[in-house]
Amino acid sequence: MKRELIGIYTIWLRDIKRYFRDKPRIIGSFAQPILFLFVLGTGIASSFSTFGGGGGKEFLNFMFPGIVGMTVLFTSFFSAMSIVWDREFGFLREVLVAPISRTSIVVGKLLGGSTIAMIQGSIILLFSPLLDIPITFLIFFKVLGIIFLIAMTISSMGIILASVIKSMQAFQVITNFLLMPMFFLSGALFPLNDTVRWMNIVSKANPLSYGIDAMRFAILNNPALQLYPLWLDVTVLVCLIVILSVLGSFLFSRQD
Amino acid sequence: MSGVDTNNNIIEVKNLVKDFKKVKAVDGITFSVKEDEIFGFLGPNGAGKTTTINIICTLLSKTSGEVTLCGYDVVRERNKIRNSIGMVFQDPSLDDRLTALENLYFHGLLYNIPRSTLKERSEEVLEIVNLTSRKSNLVSTYSGGMKRRLEIARGLLHYPRILFLDEPTLGLDPQTRNKIWDYIIKLKKTKNITIFLTSHYMEETEICDRIAIIDKGKIIALDSPENLKNIIGGDIITILSEDNIKLKEYINEITGSEVHDAKEGKIRFEVKDSSSFIPKFIKNSPVKILSISARKPTLNDVFLDLTGREIREENASVKDSIRTRMMGRMRH
Repeated sequence: MKRELIGIYTIWLRDIKRYFRDKPRIIGSFAQPILFLFVLGTGIASSFSTFGGGGGKEFLNFMFPGIVGMTVLFTSFFSAMSIVWDREFGFLREVLVAPISRTSIVVGKLLGGSTIAMIQGSIILLFSPLLDIPITFLIFFKVLGIIFLIAMTISSMGIILASVIKSMQAFQVITNFLLMPMFFLSGALFPLNDTVRWMNIVSKANPLSYGIDAMRFAILNNPALQLYPLWLDVTVLVCLIVILSVLGSFLFSRQD
Repeated sequence: MSGVDTNNNIIEVKNLVKDFKKVKAVDGITFSVKEDEIFGFLGPNGAGKTTTINIICTLLSKTSGEVTLCGYDVVRERNKIRNSIGMVFQDPSLDDRLTALENLYFHGLLYNIPRSTLKERSEEVLEIVNLTSRKSNLVSTYSGGMKRRLEIARGLLHYPRILFLDEPTLGLDPQTRNKIWDYIIKLKKTKNITIFLTSHYMEETEICDRIAIIDKGKIIALDSPENLKNIIGGDIITILSEDNIKLKEYINEITGSEVHDAKEGKIRFEVKDSSSFIPKFIKNSPVKILSISARKPTLNDVFLDLTGREIREENASVKDSIRTRMMGRMRH
């Protein structure tokens, strides 16, 4: 048992070490959120007045938790998918032949991805003063908790895909056909309650919708913007984590 | 530490079979490896060498058969087996964004080596492969040979009883290849360790105590290099002459041995003692001899003798190359 814990720690530690060593990745991780929030967001917000509406500032505030969620989505997903990378470059075999169980490897990977997502998400929170969104310590810890739940869900999905997909070429396909639709249909960029019916239905099947909803609750605490009660968001995420991570470690543990 | 070790065999493989979807990669092989020997798998690419090793080291499931290592069962006692073996894989398996020391540190954690001894041991294994001066450099700055040496060091870190070296010199230049073998020989002299290696360079497997020649998933011969070469039954003579057909008949008449066609229009046959044979032969030959050479048999000749093929044929048959590719995909 102690051995497995050390194994989990080792896998986790490697991911963290590699993250901090990868300066371009850290700097690059600022770029996308800034682009979305301050270029796309500001652009859309100011277009409201062109079409005769108001609420530009409210829109930016609405979008902010969505951007934190987006960062968590991409960070944790690609963290878990680094298994494909490790397989390609051989390091995975060093881990697979070590005397620790496959489950420990998966748990280490999930925790590694979640930790990095929590760091990245916190960095985005630094932009909150620019939008006049107050972040207290309490809010900060709530947000960390939500990030953890979202990251564990998405990382588990990543483990499942990394166990099924063996080539790097599939990366682009997954990004275009899974991650981007998940992001657009999660309520991160626009409210889902007033949108067309099919979108509303699809978003209900999207794990990220619940994460974004909870994130919005933690950061803005505005009942008018909530889709579901918080307890429902958290329950859905916890259930998904259990189901997806068990499935993930089963698929990852298959030999051949 | 070990289970039941009768007759000091450290690895026992019985009727091992591995089926991939379309190919039988390993087709019912049986062999054993003795404690403290250097055991080699020699065979062309796609013969089933890596597949067998992957099964023994718990990375791949077997279709049928029995495999034990140090008395541990390969299916039921995976972690005990993993603890007892050091691996150097065919393709590099280092994290090249970490330094050599960090790679060793992570390995030490995974194998539960106490931190107090980990540092000391890292220094020790780096010393064996002569990498001490580069220990704090990122692995991405290493040459192919250095990476391979670091992998050997890492494979030794947890003091395994068996070190597996799967094509340890693949893709390295000849000079570096020789160096790697020097390290391996040095290692064998200084440590009590069993070494299990594979290669498709026949000259490299000559350092083995025993060699299994493997082809198309089957072991076709298993013995010491000396005994294997004795299969040939003498020296190999290669001749270029003005009339091969006539000469073939003559050779067959005086030696009774079979004469084969060789490359560049030459013919090839075997005789017991070439030094006394050649002068007599040239004097009495009915055909003019343009060139003649004699050499001791190599393991390649043994392979040729047993299978009728060269071990490294330039254009392997389509089926063979599919086998290789498929199994390459299965290795992970």
